[in-house]
Amino acid sequence: MKRIALLGMPNTGKSTLFNRMTGGAARVGNWPGITVELLSGKILLGGDMVEIIDLPGIYDLHGFSDDEQVVRHFLHDNVPDLALVILNTTQIERQMSLLLQLKQLNMNIVVILNMADEAKKFGIGVDAEKMSELLEMPIFLLSAKYGGGYPEALQAVTKALRYPTPGMAEQLRSQLEQDEHIETEMARVLKHTVQVPARLSDSLTEKLDSLILHPWLGLPIFFAVMYLLFQGIFIFGQPIQGGIAAAFTWLRETALVPLLASLPQALQGLLLDGIYNGLATVAAFVPIIVLFFLFMAIVEDSGYLSRAAFLMDALMARLGLDGRGFVMLLMGFGCNVPALMGTRVMRSRAMRLLTMLVIPLSLCSARLQVFIFFSAALFSPKAAPIVLFSLYLFSFATAIITALIFKNRFKNTEPFVLELPPYRFPTLRQMALRGWLEVRHFLRRATKFIVAGVVMVWLLTHLPPSAAPASADTLSGMIGGALQPFFAPLGINEQLTIALIFGFIAKEIVIGALAVIYSLSGDALGNAIGQQLDWVQAYSFMLFTLLYTPCLATVATLQSESKQLKFTALSLGWSLGLAWLISFAFYQGARALGY
Amino acid sequence: MSATTLAALHPGDIATIVSIHAEEALHLRLLALGFRSGKQIELIRKASFSGPLQVRVGTTDVMLRRVEAAKIEVQKP
Repeated sequence: MKRIALLGMPNTGKSTLFNRMTGGAARVGNWPGITVELLSGKILLGGDMVEIIDLPGIYDLHGFSDDEQVVRHFLHDNVPDLALVILNTTQIERQMSLLLQLKQLNMNIVVILNMADEAKKFGIGVDAEKMSELLEMPIFLLSAKYGGGYPEALQAVTKALRYPTPGMAEQLRSQLEQDEHIETEMARVLKHTVQVPARLSDSLTEKLDSLILHPWLGLPIFFAVMYLLFQGIFIFGQPIQGGIAAAFTWLRETALVPLLASLPQALQGLLLDGIYNGLATVAAFVPIIVLFFLFMAIVEDSGYLSRAAFLMDALMARLGLDGRGFVMLLMGFGCNVPALMGTRVMRSRAMRLLTMLVIPLSLCSARLQVFIFFSAALFSPKAAPIVLFSLYLFSFATAIITALIFKNRFKNTEPFVLELPPYRFPTLRQMALRGWLEVRHFLRRATKFIVAGVVMVWLLTHLPPSAAPASADTLSGMIGGALQPFFAPLGINEQLTIALIFGFIAKEIVIGALAVIYSLSGDALGNAIGQQLDWVQAYSFMLFTLLYTPCLATVATLQSESKQLKFTALSLGWSLGLAWLISFAFYQGARALGY
Repeated sequence: MSATTLAALHPGDIATIVSIHAEEALHLRLLALGFRSGKQIELIRKASFSGPLQVRVGTTDVMLRRVEAAKIEVQKP
């Protein structure tokens, strides 16, 4: 099959064009010679199936950033039959350098001058025909967002694919010396083909920036935007999540339970409470992930995310992170899973890993449910909000401490120079496609892992079959008993330890697990726990719940995004260790003070 | 005419890039973003709390930290 590689600088609309060409039917795949996964899609072009690969955006073919190395290795090990080079027409005067570097590799090239609509608005004039003649390759003006000029470009691509690929220079690095020649060539071509007005007339972006990046108003506006985003995701997301949960219960009660009634009790439990519940757990994340990426597409494609980076950089630079990391950290307070997936906007791997290490410490909405239950059971209505607030403070503090401790281990070596693109309206199509692709990615990567985990915890809490579920006689009870030497110094008793084992799946089921363990529910459960524990024990339990392994879905996402078992293990080990240390310090400290 | 660095400019100042004294990775990135000696550069704004700078080179708006901006020598008209 012939192969087309999409190449271009960041912010050229490369991915938009890729989505337009493949219609969103892309898949993630591994390629020889490189460690990251790339999106690719197969389409029918001129009667043949052709594979299109979306390479990461790069500034320079000779650069040192992670993405630039990926592209270099890709081109070296998987020579494409055609390089489709996408340039942002509004920035043609500097982006042409990449095109000329690629031209030196002697590849089959078709050039797309994208964002032709925007360039026209700015008064930038390009003579594509003349440029085509001077550079000796087909060049087309196009708007990937709205599709203008698309059929002609596709035709040229089909035609160019008919010719065999010329050879490619073996050693890309040796070409570096020729860069001086590029400068003069670039000046020559631009002089004959491009007119740029002395001053750009994008007054809308300038006006918006003077408000959004205002020295005093910028930060309050940023926090207001974040708050709206956060509320938006959960106000829309929670009813849908509830609906999905109800649908799963309905299907279970009306169809699956009668259907499986003839099976032995233990097998029924495994199928329904193990596998089926595992699938329901996975499904519960779907609406949150779709909504998160719908909103993220707006924030990112509109250009606001780079502005957020500008506003928050002063603080985040000290933590070894950048402003985009802060946005993801904040979103983690809703749900860690999409926040971890969202770190993909950070192109430096070291900085991305550091951000991913910090996000699981954000107090997500699932953990909040546990805390609301416990603070209602153990504290007066007056004290409960203060307890909740203090837990948020702990969440922030541990995130900052973690970043400070690990920032030298995950040192960002890429230059921090970000483009601030003009504000743009993302199209509905772009937003929907993003949500859909991300959910599919999550389902493919995480489903098996999460279902396996849920089944494992079910087995632990139901074996041997003679024991009452989740009681001290089950495997989980035995583990809880064996772990008592570790948990007793934290004031966490055996029943709560079993609940923590359940909490490894998802924090949403901790209260449900306690109901099974105590054979009580609702207020009665609250009263029983309130009588058994004092507030120091309860707070210690909440601190542990806040900091240890967030949930199976988070672990699955950490692994699928980092693709590094060592990193996932570090994240798990660190959060467990931190949870133990902080609970221990709190519990023993409070007891020593006489509480 | 006075020589200074990009970090020392004030919002609204327009200057000409004289030279870039950065390590190779940063240098390549700046070149690709259109930073070249002889080019005009405008400082649009500075973020509060010693945050980054927003500058305009040609048709591109770029943010960079003050440490990096100090490596770019400019000349004010």
